[in-house]
Amino acid sequence: MATAPAAQMETKWWSGGKSPFNVEYGKLMMWYFLMSDAFTFGAFLISYGTIRFSQNYWPDPNQVFNAFPFAGHANLPLAFVSLMTFILIVSSVTMVLAVHAGHHNDRKGVVKWMVWTIIGGLAFLGCQAWEWTHLITGDHAVLVNGNIEHIGTTVSRNPWGAPVAGLMHDGHPVSTTGPVAFGGYFFGITGFHGFHVFSGVIINIIMLIMAMNGTFDRRGHYLMIEKAGLYWHFVDLVWVFVFLCFYLI
Amino acid sequence: MEHHNPSEVTFHHEPGGKEVVSKIIRTTVILSVITLIELALGFGIYFLNQTPDPSSALILFMKGVIVILSLLKAFYIVGVFMHLGDEIRNLIMTIVVPLLLFVWFIAAFLWDGDSWKTLRNTQGLSKPATGEVAKPAAPKAHGEGH
Repeated sequence: MATAPAAQMETKWWSGGKSPFNVEYGKLMMWYFLMSDAFTFGAFLISYGTIRFSQNYWPDPNQVFNAFPFAGHANLPLAFVSLMTFILIVSSVTMVLAVHAGHHNDRKGVVKWMVWTIIGGLAFLGCQAWEWTHLITGDHAVLVNGNIEHIGTTVSRNPWGAPVAGLMHDGHPVSTTGPVAFGGYFFGITGFHGFHVFSGVIINIIMLIMAMNGTFDRRGHYLMIEKAGLYWHFVDLVWVFVFLCFYLI
Repeated sequence: MEHHNPSEVTFHHEPGGKEVVSKIIRTTVILSVITLIELALGFGIYFLNQTPDPSSALILFMKGVIVILSLLKAFYIVGVFMHLGDEIRNLIMTIVVPLLLFVWFIAAFLWDGDSWKTLRNTQGLSKPATGEVAKPAAPKAHGEGH
C-alpha cells in the first residue's frame, strides 16, 4: 500500500461499503484464474516428473537441446533456450513498464511498451516454432528391432535412448529408442505454454488497439493493462518452471 | 463500484515515479543474474556428466540449488512484477495458501514414480524382471511404456 501502514491498520476492510481486498473485481478474478492455471501447469509438470522418476533411462536435455539456428551441427547445449528465457524476461519487464505507464495515464508510454511486449512474445513464439521443427525433422540413427532407422522426436517416437556401445552409422553413434513419454510431455507442456504465449500476444494486441483508440483514457483508468499484465507475467512465471524441468535438470 | 465512495476504495497501489522504475530495473537485474547462475550450474552438470565417473550426489545437489533459484525467481516475478507484494495481506493469503497443496502434490507423485520404477524393475518385488536382468542388452527394455 502506498498510504501509511497505520492508516491501513485502522481501516475495517470487512465492515461493508468498500472492496475488502482493495482491488477491482476483474483483477481479483484474474488472480484466481491464474491460481487455477498454475494447478493445471503444475499437474502437467508433476505428471512428467512421475513418469521420469519411473523410468530407468531418461534422455539428457543437454544432448537433445544443443542446436542453435544457423549454427549447423555445433554442440551448443542450453544456448538457444537461454535466449528464449531472456526474451521472455525482457518482455515481462516491458510489460511492467507498460502497466507503470498506465498508472500515470500515460498513453504514449503504454503504447510504446505494449509494442515491445508484443514483439518479445512473437520472438519467443518464433524461437519455439524453430525448436519444434528442429526436433521433429532432425533425424537420428536409431537401432529399432535390429535395424537402423532414422527417426525424429515426435509424440510417438523418441530417438534419444542410451547409445549402443561401439555401433556407428555414417560417422554418428547409434542409440536405442528412448522413453516415448519424452516427446509427448515435451510437446504437450511446451505446446500448452506456447498456447498461453500466443493467447497472451493476442490479448496484448487487443490492449494495444484499445489504448491507441483512447478507450482507457475515456474510462479514466488503465486497469485492463494491469489485468493483461498479470496474465503475461504468469506466462513468464510458467516458463521459469518449464525451463527448469525440461532443460536444466 | 459506482455506489461506493471513491475515497474508500482506491485501486492505485503504486506510489509512482522513479522509485518504481528503479525497483523494476533492480528486479530485472536480479532475475537475469539468477538465470545466469542457473545456466552456469546447468553447464557444470553438463561437464560433470562428460567426466568418466561423475558424482551423482554432487549433481543432485546442483540440481537442488537450481530448483531453489527457480523458486526465488518465481518469488520476484509474482511479488514485484505482478505486484502481489503490494496487495492486502488477506488477498495474498487467498492466493498463496491454496498453492501449499503443491507440497503434497509434488512429494506424493514423485514418490509414486519412484515406487513405479521399483515395481518395473522387480515385477512387483517377486522376481527380477526379465527385460532388465536376464537380457540387459535388449534395446526394447528402454522403449516400453508411456
